Amino acid sequence: MALILNEEQILLKDSAKDLMTAAAPVSQFRALRDAKEELGYSKDLWTKMVDMGWAGICIPEEFGGLDFGFHGLGLVLEESGRTLAASPLVASILVSASAITLGGNDAQKKALLPKLAEGTLLMALALDETSHFSPHKIATQAQASGNGYKISGDKVFVLDGHIADKLIVATRTSGKTNDRAGITLFLVDRAATGVTVTRTQMVDSRNAARISFADVQVEASAMLGELDKGADILDPVLDRAALGLAAEMLGSSLEVFERTLAYLKERTQFETKIGSFQSLQHRAVDMYCNLELSKSILMDALSALDEGRDADLPVLASSAKAQLCETLHQISSEGVQMHGGIGMTDEYEIGFFLKRARVAEKTFGDAGYHYDRLATLNGF
Amino acid sequence: MSGIDQFRAETRAWLEENCPASMRSPMVAEETVWGGRNATFANPDSKLWLERMGTKGWTAPMWPAQYGGGGLSMAENTVLESELRRIKARPALASFGLWMLGPVLLEFANEEQKLEHLPKIVRGEIRWCQGYSEPGAGSDLAGLQTKAVRDGDDYVINGQKVWTSYADQCDWIFCLVRTDTTVKHNGISFILFDMQSPGVSVKPIKLISGESPFCETFFDDVRVPARDQVGELNKGWTIAKRLLQHERTNIGDFGTAQSPQVPMHEQAKKYIGEDALGRLDDAAMRREIAKYQVRQKAYGLTYARVGQELKAGLGDGAASSILKAVGAELNKHRSELMIDMMGTQGIGWQGDGFNDWEIMQTRGWLRSKANSIEGGTTEINKNVVAKNVLGLPTK
Repeated sequence: MALILNEEQILLKDSAKDLMTAAAPVSQFRALRDAKEELGYSKDLWTKMVDMGWAGICIPEEFGGLDFGFHGLGLVLEESGRTLAASPLVASILVSASAITLGGNDAQKKALLPKLAEGTLLMALALDETSHFSPHKIATQAQASGNGYKISGDKVFVLDGHIADKLIVATRTSGKTNDRAGITLFLVDRAATGVTVTRTQMVDSRNAARISFADVQVEASAMLGELDKGADILDPVLDRAALGLAAEMLGSSLEVFERTLAYLKERTQFETKIGSFQSLQHRAVDMYCNLELSKSILMDALSALDEGRDADLPVLASSAKAQLCETLHQISSEGVQMHGGIGMTDEYEIGFFLKRARVAEKTFGDAGYHYDRLATLNGF
Repeated sequence: MSGIDQFRAETRAWLEENCPASMRSPMVAEETVWGGRNATFANPDSKLWLERMGTKGWTAPMWPAQYGGGGLSMAENTVLESELRRIKARPALASFGLWMLGPVLLEFANEEQKLEHLPKIVRGEIRWCQGYSEPGAGSDLAGLQTKAVRDGDDYVINGQKVWTSYADQCDWIFCLVRTDTTVKHNGISFILFDMQSPGVSVKPIKLISGESPFCETFFDDVRVPARDQVGELNKGWTIAKRLLQHERTNIGDFGTAQSPQVPMHEQAKKYIGEDALGRLDDAAMRREIAKYQVRQKAYGLTYARVGQELKAGLGDGAASSILKAVGAELNKHRSELMIDMMGTQGIGWQGDGFNDWEIMQTRGWLRSKANSIEGGTTEINKNVVAKNVLGLPTK
């Protein structure tokens, strides 16, 4: 149970910090938002990230990746959370590459993983169908048709949905809407006939889309994993997704905390620094406590996969995501409050973090979802 | 066989031979051994266990052997701890002398004082109490007024302490006294004396939990030899603060140390029941318990992380500054959840209708309220963290 970073990990984290600070400051994200940029991310930044090897960071070497370990991806995500860097790293790598690695057959891995690692293929997971994360609540139908299947249904909140070349679609092939069994995953080209993508604008200005599938025909070979057993892939993928997002959220939490602390030391009112006021000091310490707890639980969870503690992953991932939802919620709110009037202005960057915070909380399950799941996992 | 392997083999063999069978089970509160002149042993095996461990110096494994300690290196101590855990051995001795006074004597006392007091702490022969708080000096501890006036080779002490843990059962006291009334922090000295000295009297304080673990302690012209002053005259505040660091680590430990034998959620199911899907039949309570479990886990991991950081020589161990406050909060949260889930069975005082375990939870809940007060309130702890760790301005 490594709760401190090794030398290689420290080097990686430092280089991620350097690149994010230089090539992806919050100002760049603001420019993307204001320009209403069609892609919703910076291609230039993505190229640089790919050049650093981060797209292939946890893809096996035989498929063109670095096989550096999951903890490494977590560290890059943490640093991306500090500057709110928008990139395909979450949808294409954290989520989709994990799904292919865990559930793909050899042909699918050979065809997709090298391209994901070199950043030329973008993918997205089309999962949610309602406004509340509930990964087994799948009504989208896939019915046997010709040599393959015909898919019909509507998906919401598909991250990177409008820029992805290929989608992983969760469908129901048997059972009832909430059953864990009977879910099947398919690989579908975004350009396929019957696929309609509508970009949605979320409060954090990141990429998300609604996608409808109207009798979309796919070959049997497009099935990812086995018929009716999609949840066996989906569940571990979503654990990784929640964990990776928790890492990003730690980065954002640390950044907002540090900016807020600096402001408390600099802002003068009543002829004194406002950071000398006890009510603000105690709230700052409350945030600090939550941050330290968050670091520990995240560190343990991120190292679990690399240490072969896969069986612990569901509990660890849900614990980490729940804790980081609480921490970022608190710190992003306090960040605005403690900055006072300027915290409410669009010109100041602290509000960007608040907006990203709420979206990140809802992505891959909020605190309530994960507490509920933990209770179930622990037998109550 | 390397030295450390040999040490493990010897330790294992010694424990096999010397740790009585009944000492290899989880500690029960009534059988805790506090030692002292009037020591009581609810279980006769615990007397044997203390004698054996004390003679070996293993109640204080890393203290130097010339002061009665085990003289073990850090590596050997790790082995000893793991061997004790392996056989689920109980601690042989619970003692303020071991946890608080001993470490500061090792750092600040003169040779004569170390030789006099440390071996008796190791063997559990003398039970110590802590003379810190006063009626007018709680959070503002340095405002203490108990006076020590030099008279020949003695000090004459007058004043009152409060919240003195188990003063009615203790043999000696480590006490903060005012030796200069013209300055605050720099007018305090740290002194040791026998509670049987003429002029010392104690009066137990009955708490909201019904128990009386604390006393008021009165000093009326108590004569104490000046050689029992530790460190320099008027420099006691430094020692006092260092001792508090040791104390806070211990109180913070409650968050993990007092985790219940049966998981909280199983107790909850017993009192609340479950729905058709086997879930606790109270959605709000279910969420609260899960939330508590996440924080508890994160707390335990933070403890472990601080340990790994210190061992690797990384960072400044800043995270350790929050362990006391967070541990206290967690223990209070746990206690509130326990009596909440028990419904009206959680608010009984005594007598028919409530079993011993239920009464224990209720009393424990009341007792837990002190966790964020004793050893420095959580508010004071936060002031210190804000200033020393976060670097926030004082003015």
